[in-house]
Amino acid sequence: MTDSPPIVRIRNLSKAYRRGSLEVPVLHDISFDIQNREFLSLMGPSGSGKSTLLNLIAGIDRADGGSILVEGVEITVLSETELAAWRAGSVGFIFQFYNLIPVLTALENVELPLHLSGLSKRERRDHARMCLDLVNLSHRLDHYPGQLSGGEQQRVAIARAIVTDPVLLVADEPTGDLDRVSAAEILDLMERLNGQLGKTIIMVTHDPRAAQRAGVLRHLDKGVLSDDDPAHPL
Amino acid sequence: MILRILFRNAFRNRLRAGLTILGITVAILAFGLLRTVVAAWYAGVEAASAARLVTRNAVSLVFPLPLSYKEKIRQIPGVRGVSWGNWFGGIYIEEKNFFPNFAVDARTYLDLYPEFIVPEDQLKAFLGDRKGFVAGRRIAAQFGWKLGDTVTLRGVIYPGNWDFVLRGIYRGKDKTIDETQFFFHWDYLNETVRRKFPGRADQVGFYMIGVTHPDLAAEVSSAVDDMFRNSLAETLTETEKAFNLGFISMTSTIVMAIQLVSIVIIFIIMAVVANTMAMTTRERIGDYAILKTLGFGGRHIAALIFGEALVITLTGCVLGMVLTFPVARAFADSLPNFFPVFNVSNETLALDVAASLLVACVAGIVPTRTAIRIRIADGLRRIG
Ligand SMILES: Nc1ncnc2c1ncn2[C@@H]1O[C@H](COP(=O)(O)OP(=O)(O)OP(=O)(O)O)[C@@H](O)[C@H]1O
Ligand SMILES: [Mg+2]
Repeated sequence: MTDSPPIVRIRNLSKAYRRGSLEVPVLHDISFDIQNREFLSLMGPSGSGKSTLLNLIAGIDRADGGSILVEGVEITVLSETELAAWRAGSVGFIFQFYNLIPVLTALENVELPLHLSGLSKRERRDHARMCLDLVNLSHRLDHYPGQLSGGEQQRVAIARAIVTDPVLLVADEPTGDLDRVSAAEILDLMERLNGQLGKTIIMVTHDPRAAQRAGVLRHLDKGVLSDDDPAHPL
Repeated sequence: MILRILFRNAFRNRLRAGLTILGITVAILAFGLLRTVVAAWYAGVEAASAARLVTRNAVSLVFPLPLSYKEKIRQIPGVRGVSWGNWFGGIYIEEKNFFPNFAVDARTYLDLYPEFIVPEDQLKAFLGDRKGFVAGRRIAAQFGWKLGDTVTLRGVIYPGNWDFVLRGIYRGKDKTIDETQFFFHWDYLNETVRRKFPGRADQVGFYMIGVTHPDLAAEVSSAVDDMFRNSLAETLTETEKAFNLGFISMTSTIVMAIQLVSIVIIFIIMAVVANTMAMTTRERIGDYAILKTLGFGGRHIAALIFGEALVITLTGCVLGMVLTFPVARAFADSLPNFFPVFNVSNETLALDVAASLLVACVAGIVPTRTAIRIRIADGLRRIG
């Protein structure tokens, strides 16, 4: 695993937010690699910049400096349109609050990202069904998000994240809004995605139990990434 | 899929969508009615032929012209036909039963007005009866007059009670033609006047002149007026359109006000729809952010927002247009003599649609800009 080149290579990454004339540094000179098929968990106090880092890697926010190479693509230099196309093909997103489209059924939500692919209607349907099958929701295809439990919604979101078969899955506190049982289910699922389907996963979490499931654990504090958990060396 | 989201979004908040649509419906209805009133006002102008001229006394419409002018006018090159008449101004039973009534030289007059269609046998009966008259289909129906009925008008300009016999009912060749007119034989008027008020005989209120081609209208007009310059009664000749417009211009401030109000209504509804769109899109910033995250672009977001605005406004617009017809009908029926021609024109309907499209576009601009510009990370953050 360590022989192959890293799937994500981050060098000297920095990011600050401007509040009026004030500049608030969030990430400072961060460098690290993420290996292919790695399940990385990012922990750290609130406000430490975990979400910011995740968003930068996933290409939904812009860095101020540094480089992010994903599968050999330098995403910091892509235009908005190129970045959008790259996201659509390479990254799957899982959020704390599921972020499903409320007026679409579970099946339609999962199908949604495929509308930007060249797939036919039939293929889109089939893919979406397959992914919902994978997260054990074949019996909820025509339910709207409002008719599903939090755990079920998150599973729909996971199905949506993997339907385009991306190399990278990013999850920002995916269990943050769930009870313990549902959270465990989601984590099981993510483990399976990592182990069986070989997805590289970056997960931000506050929950030490969740972090334990990951293969690699990193801490972010005040914009600085601490060394690896000694139990999981690179 | 975008379409599916758009339609479901539009009616997601039933109450808000319903109220907005109701507002648009009422606005389009009001707009359509006001435009129809304005159109009705100008109906006489629209129906006027560019190939007809009206000659009247240059001093004022109330002063007459000598009957002898008719032969002279007829000889002017470009003149196809001449007719003449007087505004009679009679009252039928009471003043509120207003309709225009004229004494005209019937044969020449109907020659100049092919848009008044009188059945052959009725025309014959009318021309053969000195006391006969022809009425438009609408007033005949309104007062229940049948062919052969005697109708009495109380003269105001020509005092006394005047009896006429209905010999013909005309209909307009299309919906723009006034079907409320009443005309009878000028000879009947003139003979009676000669007996009762000898000084007022052989005098004509106006001449109608048919020109062989509309392009000659200006030339013929000045030829007529030049001919009678420095005579006892100088003339003023203008196209029928200009003549009718002259009547309207007296009331044109009202028309202007109505037009202004109709535009104000559109502005108000624009503000209402813009507000609705601002509210709904603010609620959906998270949806738009997730769509962008998934790789959808600005044009998808724009389609969603403009599409939703269009669905709402066009729904209201269609309802408003459908309602305009019965309401306009009821309006026209309650004021039959005020607006002899009161039709919802295709132009008004086109304006309805154009106004709705404009409203939807204007209402969509700002929310679309906001939704496209917002950073994904910020949009997602709004959800939590
Ligand atoms: N759009 C923004 N404008 C200004 N400051 C921001 C913005 N987004 C984040 N920040 C600031 O950047 C810092 C890092 O935010 P970030 O969301 O990355 O933290 P986090 O580690 O994910 O925290 P949490 O665990 O609470 O989710 C915080 O201080 C936050 O206030
Ligand atoms: Mg966070």
